[in-house]
Amino acid sequence: MVGPQKKFRAGWKMLAYLALIAVSIGMIVPYIWMLSSSFKLNKDVFTFPMVWIPDNIRWQNYVDIWTRIPLGTFIYNTAKLSVIVTLLQLLTSSFAAYAFAKLRFRGRNLLFLAYIATIAIPWQAYMVPQFILMRELGLNNTHLAIIFLQAFSAFGVFLMRQFYQGIPDELCEAARIDGLSEYGIWARLMLPLSKPALSTLTIFTFVSTWNDFLGPMIYLTKTELKTIQIGLRMFISQYSAEYGLIMAASVVSIIPVLIIFLALQKNFVQGVASSGIKG
Amino acid sequence: MQTETKPVTQKAGKPWLSKGIRDHLVAYSFIAPNFIGFALFTLVPMIFAVILAFVKWDGSNPMNFVGIDNFIRLVKDTTFHKALWNTVVYTVGVVPLTMACALGLAILLNQKLFGRNFMRTAFFFPYVASLVAVAAVWNFIFSPTMGPLNNLLHLLTGIPIEDLPRWAADKDWAMFTVVLFTVWKNMGYYMVIYLAGLQGVNPELYEAAELDGAGGWKRFVNVTIPQLAPTTFFVLMILVINSFKVYDIFINLFAGADNQLNDSTRVLVYQIYNTAFRSLDYGYANAMAIVLFLIVMGITIIQFRGEKRYGQ
Repeated sequence: MVGPQKKFRAGWKMLAYLALIAVSIGMIVPYIWMLSSSFKLNKDVFTFPMVWIPDNIRWQNYVDIWTRIPLGTFIYNTAKLSVIVTLLQLLTSSFAAYAFAKLRFRGRNLLFLAYIATIAIPWQAYMVPQFILMRELGLNNTHLAIIFLQAFSAFGVFLMRQFYQGIPDELCEAARIDGLSEYGIWARLMLPLSKPALSTLTIFTFVSTWNDFLGPMIYLTKTELKTIQIGLRMFISQYSAEYGLIMAASVVSIIPVLIIFLALQKNFVQGVASSGIKG
Repeated sequence: MQTETKPVTQKAGKPWLSKGIRDHLVAYSFIAPNFIGFALFTLVPMIFAVILAFVKWDGSNPMNFVGIDNFIRLVKDTTFHKALWNTVVYTVGVVPLTMACALGLAILLNQKLFGRNFMRTAFFFPYVASLVAVAAVWNFIFSPTMGPLNNLLHLLTGIPIEDLPRWAADKDWAMFTVVLFTVWKNMGYYMVIYLAGLQGVNPELYEAAELDGAGGWKRFVNVTIPQLAPTTFFVLMILVINSFKVYDIFINLFAGADNQLNDSTRVLVYQIYNTAFRSLDYGYANAMAIVLFLIVMGITIIQFRGEKRYGQ
């Protein structure tokens, strides 16, 4: 923050503030409108000029959404899937990454190449054969399909390996001499040291599983299995005139991600900045 | 990896071998949990994808090998062409606009400003916010007659609401609408990448430019832009690839309860999805998927070469 910034003229700074305020309004107003509309009757949602705080705050919308659609089930399904996928991803990726970064064995480069080679291949290019395979395994319309789809990503292994490579080999050597097994080194040395990478992977995996749309759309056609994204989408397209309810359900679906984002945003931003992959 | 601590008792190399095998087993046990899942659900489908592109198959009757028929069909399929074209138009719209907004915001937020962290958070949040929810709000905002956007435009310009664009509901404005929405949703992500790039610019370069008498604009053109070239290149590639993979944004902005898109809004992945899961034409859908694969691979190769050039 040195150099030209200091010399920025006051006029420039004013312009910068004006531009940023305008963008901020554009970025934030949709959420405020969403929140405000979620407390309104359908007929009041579109009144113009907008009434930001409705005269009669209608809490009923937040009661009705749980009975009009199985929102509780959707949220439970999504939370369950996101937690399982994230745990599996963290565990198996860091496990495999440890071997790739710190152990020597035959076929290491070849196996790692298999991960690297696939990282750039879009999932959409092989989603059809993957679906056929899952169906043959009897996994269509099960949550296991989504878990298997998300939990073993090349991205996770790659991210963790990059991080482990930055940890000096001497540390592992010292631990070996102290009599720790490789599993012990992984659990007691590597995991605690790799907290930043683990946090980045956690937030990426959790949010992308929570927000996944096409995966659940392909695999989960039974209402009781649906996740919040496709459940909400079904609700919106069926009751397109229930403006207040749609907004209330949208607010509910955003809150968990907002909480996680605010809690871990530092890791998130660092993760994007350093890896910039995931998209 | 062997430690030369104790003198090894050379008993015909036997303990050596077993240690070697043990080490290997330990290493494989680390890899296995992830690799088995990865091989089964990623590698196998990828290989299967190549075969599937050359067959005709509805998923239940026996497969028929048809050679390159699927690809010949692609060449003649005007619906597919339309989907490909729409995807290209979308990409051409999204990429420069997102880059310009992301870079502009990053430069503004790279200064010491009041509320900087708050704004960074606010601009980034749409990227992680659930698409279905934010698309629902924007659909209401874009609503042609009732929506706040057109009401505001009417108030500001005096143009009757009937003459204002019908946004997502109008086939001529649909693409513009989806581009605006995408930029709104994703620019924060690229802004963060640019911010990281700006942090990496050596401040001495600015000082040197200043000594040379370069003004703000000149410094931007002669220092910032060239220094950010690798970041810009990376952002460009990721943006193009992500634009080609688009599906969910279009469904959520344009499709009704039947999840169908029309000619002016169908995109490549939608076409793959529909051909496979609605028409049950798995082989043909996979030929389209191969086209997507080739496009993304082509971009990746360009990226790889470019990174070599930009790499220090």
